[in-house]
Amino acid sequence: MSIYVNNSTRLLVQGVTGREGEFHTRQMIEYGTNVVAGVTPGKGGQVIEHLGARVPVFNTVKEAVTEAQANCTVIFVPPPFGCDAVLEALDAGVTGIVCITEGIPTQDMLRVHRFLMEAQGWMIGPNCPGVISPGKCKAGILPGNIFMPGNVGLVSRSGTLTYEIVNELTQAGLGQSTCVGIGGDPIIGSSFVDVLRRFEGDPETAAVVLIGEIGGNDEEVAAEFIRDKMTKPVVSFIAGKTAPPGKRMGHAGAIVSGSSGTAQGKIEALDAVGVAVANLPNEVPTLVKRVLQ
Amino acid sequence: MKIHEYQAKQILAKYQVPIPQGDIAATPEEAAAIAGKLGKRVVVKAQVHVGGRGKAGGVKLADTPDEAQAAASQILGMDIKGLTVEKVLVEEAADIAEEYYLGITIDRAARRNVVMVSAVGGVDIEEVAATTPEKIAKVHLDPAIGMMDFHTRILAIEAGLNPAAIRPASGFLKALYRAYMDVDASLAEINPLVLTAGGNLIATDAKINIDDNALFRQTKLAELREEQEEDPIEAEAHRKGLIYVRLDGNIGILGNGAGLVMTTLDVVQREGGRPANFLDVGGGAKAELVRSALETVLLDTNVKGVLFNIFGGITRCDEVAKGILDATAAMDINVPIVIRLTGTREREGQQLLQGTHLIPAASMQEAAQKIVELVSHAGKATFP
Repeated sequence: MSIYVNNSTRLLVQGVTGREGEFHTRQMIEYGTNVVAGVTPGKGGQVIEHLGARVPVFNTVKEAVTEAQANCTVIFVPPPFGCDAVLEALDAGVTGIVCITEGIPTQDMLRVHRFLMEAQGWMIGPNCPGVISPGKCKAGILPGNIFMPGNVGLVSRSGTLTYEIVNELTQAGLGQSTCVGIGGDPIIGSSFVDVLRRFEGDPETAAVVLIGEIGGNDEEVAAEFIRDKMTKPVVSFIAGKTAPPGKRMGHAGAIVSGSSGTAQGKIEALDAVGVAVANLPNEVPTLVKRVLQ
Repeated sequence: MKIHEYQAKQILAKYQVPIPQGDIAATPEEAAAIAGKLGKRVVVKAQVHVGGRGKAGGVKLADTPDEAQAAASQILGMDIKGLTVEKVLVEEAADIAEEYYLGITIDRAARRNVVMVSAVGGVDIEEVAATTPEKIAKVHLDPAIGMMDFHTRILAIEAGLNPAAIRPASGFLKALYRAYMDVDASLAEINPLVLTAGGNLIATDAKINIDDNALFRQTKLAELREEQEEDPIEAEAHRKGLIYVRLDGNIGILGNGAGLVMTTLDVVQREGGRPANFLDVGGGAKAELVRSALETVLLDTNVKGVLFNIFGGITRCDEVAKGILDATAAMDINVPIVIRLTGTREREGQQLLQGTHLIPAASMQEAAQKIVELVSHAGKATFP
């Protein structure tokens, strides 16, 4: 069983009738994901049909759980409603949450995280591309065609940079067990450490690729975890080596403030605990092959 | 989003946080009038969105209205780290006995708001945190509980505040926390918090940063954004809804996704080039947005070449290609453009660009090498 999502995932899509929500619901069905329900308040009773799949739309998550036994949700609602959507899912007993929405206020996320811990759930995102276990399930917006089943786990703060590196891995014949885009916001549901802990316990994962970027100290905390708790080899790439301090590089969390959050500091922290850090994205497959030997 | 000290103080005043009497001035004459009205020693402070203004000479004491006028005329128009001072705050100078630090911000690793108090105030708190972290008392707040009295007692006592200050500091902290939460701040800082010789606490400086993601519900505060302080091209880009950061090189960089664009900057720099900007067109960009993004990058006259790096997921390569062709048809572009298009509908996108003067590249690496070479040759051709 892969981590987070697998063949027994019964996926709910919140915000299913919106432009992004509906488009990606179809994409997820095409990938083979078992999408069992959608929720859009006020649109209950509609049905989204695609490739023979029929996805009923409900007004509440509670109904989607009772009627369709959803056990995981992917959220596409607009940012002002993000906090409400996550809390509604947790309240209805859905403990697996993937939040794609970009722009949720940070204080909302602090509240969400508090109740996520109490509900003993997991959350990927917000502001993330989602999670995929190639060949089994895709919950999010990642382009399915570049992935290939295998034994390399991948965790990243970035979306398209993940695709870039996954593409390199796949072309080098290195398939993936699960790929997780944890998101670029300051407060996220799952940190590197949360995901690394799952990879360490996952029999389908032999090595892990960690893709970091400037800002915060999640990579440094990950380095300590790798040193103390991980037996599986880790390869890394860090984006933003040349980013100037004080400038927010797109992601809300990607900013070097003073001397903290620099790429150099992160690379040194990872290197010091034996992580092989690539200089360029296209060096990652070579390093993975080396640590797998 | 950053707001000025005087704006932060106006917010704090609404929460009954004691602040010095004073007002804002845009001319030396206004500064003199405010000082005259206060009738005592004043401090004239540059209002500019950058730290270190004191060291730069942006804060001056004045004993008389004439001195206040002279101080304001020195400070107004001053350049502090690239920003021009357009306003000064003129307020009564506090009679300082002790200086403390109070701050509330978000602790990313702990996923909690963290409150910090130190008896060492008036100095760079990052410096204190780096050299003597034990001098900063910290409490993480549970969002389900917020700030209670006991939190404030722990903070005041662990920070070693003067016993006379402990009770008023408690009220101060709770007011600061209410303001912080109500305005969706990502930082609220009073540094220094002054204990006066008369035994009162007063916030002589204040800094509040607002969470950009919350501006949709902080509409009054959103109006405080000051575009004239930003780089003009950055301001234009933000109006168009683009994520653009100006840098000081000569290669314009565009791509989809912050991590990918950051990496493109790194790879270009590694190849010996100097990026002129960071521009993320975001996910699912349509031709119109791509066109406007390219136009924005070319507003910077330093740009001698452009690199597009697209990895299509939800972004479709044919849409990007159309946007680039629209822009090149509408504008007279005389710098080389290298484009790497991979992912969703890449064949359609690449076909659209065939036969044009746009230079294709198969990988990010190759694209970076090509643009760096083209830009350095262009330089040599102009200056043989």
